[in-house]
Amino acid sequence: MAKMATREAYGKALADLIVKNENIVVLDADLSKSTKTYDAKVVCPQRHFNVGIAECDMMGIAAGLATCGNIVYASSFAMFATGRAYEIVRNSIGYTHLNVKICATHAGITLGEDGASHQSIEDLSLMRGIPGMTVIQPVDDVETTQVIHAISELNGPFYVRLGRFAVDTINAPDYKWQVGKGVVLREGKDITVFATGVLVQQALVAYDVLKAEGVEITVVNIHTIKPIDEELIVRLAKKSKVIISAEEHSKYGGLSSAIAEVLAAKCPTLMEVVALNDTFGESGTPQLLLEKYGLTSKEIIAAVKKHI
Amino acid sequence: MRNIADLQEIALRVRRNIIKMVTEAKSGHVGGSFSATEIAVSLYFEEMNINKDNVKDKARDKFVLSKGHASPLLFAVLCEKGFLAESELLTFRKINSNLQGHPNMNYVDGVDMSTGSLGQGLAAAVGMALSYKIHNQDFRVYSVVGDGESQEGMIWEAAMAAAHYKLDNLLVILDQNGLQIDGDITKVMNPLPLDEKFKAFGWHVLYVDGHDLNQLLDAYAVARTIKGQPTCIIATTVKGKGVSVMENQAGWHGVAPTLEQAEAALKELV
Repeated sequence: MAKMATREAYGKALADLIVKNENIVVLDADLSKSTKTYDAKVVCPQRHFNVGIAECDMMGIAAGLATCGNIVYASSFAMFATGRAYEIVRNSIGYTHLNVKICATHAGITLGEDGASHQSIEDLSLMRGIPGMTVIQPVDDVETTQVIHAISELNGPFYVRLGRFAVDTINAPDYKWQVGKGVVLREGKDITVFATGVLVQQALVAYDVLKAEGVEITVVNIHTIKPIDEELIVRLAKKSKVIISAEEHSKYGGLSSAIAEVLAAKCPTLMEVVALNDTFGESGTPQLLLEKYGLTSKEIIAAVKKHI
Repeated sequence: MRNIADLQEIALRVRRNIIKMVTEAKSGHVGGSFSATEIAVSLYFEEMNINKDNVKDKARDKFVLSKGHASPLLFAVLCEKGFLAESELLTFRKINSNLQGHPNMNYVDGVDMSTGSLGQGLAAAVGMALSYKIHNQDFRVYSVVGDGESQEGMIWEAAMAAAHYKLDNLLVILDQNGLQIDGDITKVMNPLPLDEKFKAFGWHVLYVDGHDLNQLLDAYAVARTIKGQPTCIIATTVKGKGVSVMENQAGWHGVAPTLEQAEAALKELV
């Protein structure tokens, strides 16, 4: 199976896009070779700006550029884009509803060896809380490419959560991404897993393992965490005895919260949550971190088996 | 053609409207609005090319009130420009009003950036000036920054970027009124000398009496001739300028006058 980090796909898509659309301006804060915006700099240096190690300033400049009609892609690690610069994102980009696409890489604990100081596990919660902010986490390179192109045509602020390490490509080349629409990847019976990011691939592994044991679950890729696909969640909840959410993020404020908000109001259903359990991460390889912090197919399978 | 007498008339009406707005709202920032009144009036009525025909354009001369709490000043000036009805001024800070406590760019024509959280406006102004450089557009960007506001680290991130990108189409007017909420800026957390700091960051620096319209207009003209670097005008001002009991009083940072005080203020502003 092909593998690529979503940040790699971001860099390639942005490099493609920036030469096609002269209103696109790219900002980075001294991480362009890690966030991969460097690819855009190579093909269009006149519209790529490295503002230095100054994420707050980057978001303010992004806002100013957007007021003049530019479509701004601003990148850093998720920790700094959403954490360090939170209040600038909130007031200068969110409150103004400006056309800034915050494409943040190295999200979650799979950032790996740099450790907890750089591992953003609250970014979905922070960005989801900003009125009018659309929050996206593409699952693979195919989806990332589509998202990066599509959001250039969608007005307003977006947060796109991207990863550092290579993940399996699960979408076919002809896949068509639609904002706000969850994607049913496997249709099973009365247990549904809503996953986002690297947990989608884990949920597919869980499906295969469980299917071999005679249990068929439904697996959904929730790439748009806000606005969340209420219609799909309610429809699947109606036929499910339990809903399992799975994400590489704190259990507070991310995908699990977004789903619970829908279920509580529209279709009360028992939930199991696979997420970081109120803990920081640590240094280590992405794979070992996922295992240590309980973010693998194993935990999804265990959650399913509690209900069969 | 400079008509200083006209500008003074406008400044007087602006100050009177600020008193009326803040009194009616029972809250708002008079002191810092009065210190920057001549700055804003001279920019909007002599220096900047902004009018009813281009006000909705995304690219034109722009003004960012980085010290967004001086919103009464901005709204009163936009009213003089004809972008706001005088009656609307009295809705300032009230429910359902377009005139928020701190300005919102999506509610009022001529508000070029939503500001209020200090330190952020200058970075947005840098983004605008950068946009005009990228797209070879001959517009200028103006930003009024407070001296207390310059305690925010983000001001210096933005100052660094403006010089790095050689934004000679960006002009900062630093409203140096010497006071912040908790008192004398040099006692709270001394940001001085601001001129030396801006110079060290690569800016051209000019000095004016911020209430002298001729000096302001002269400085704007000089700033247009400075190439390859941004310019900062250090404008020495008086917080509360124009109303004797308010002048140089930190206590008038964000407090509304009573009806009696407002009446007395309006008698002075003639």
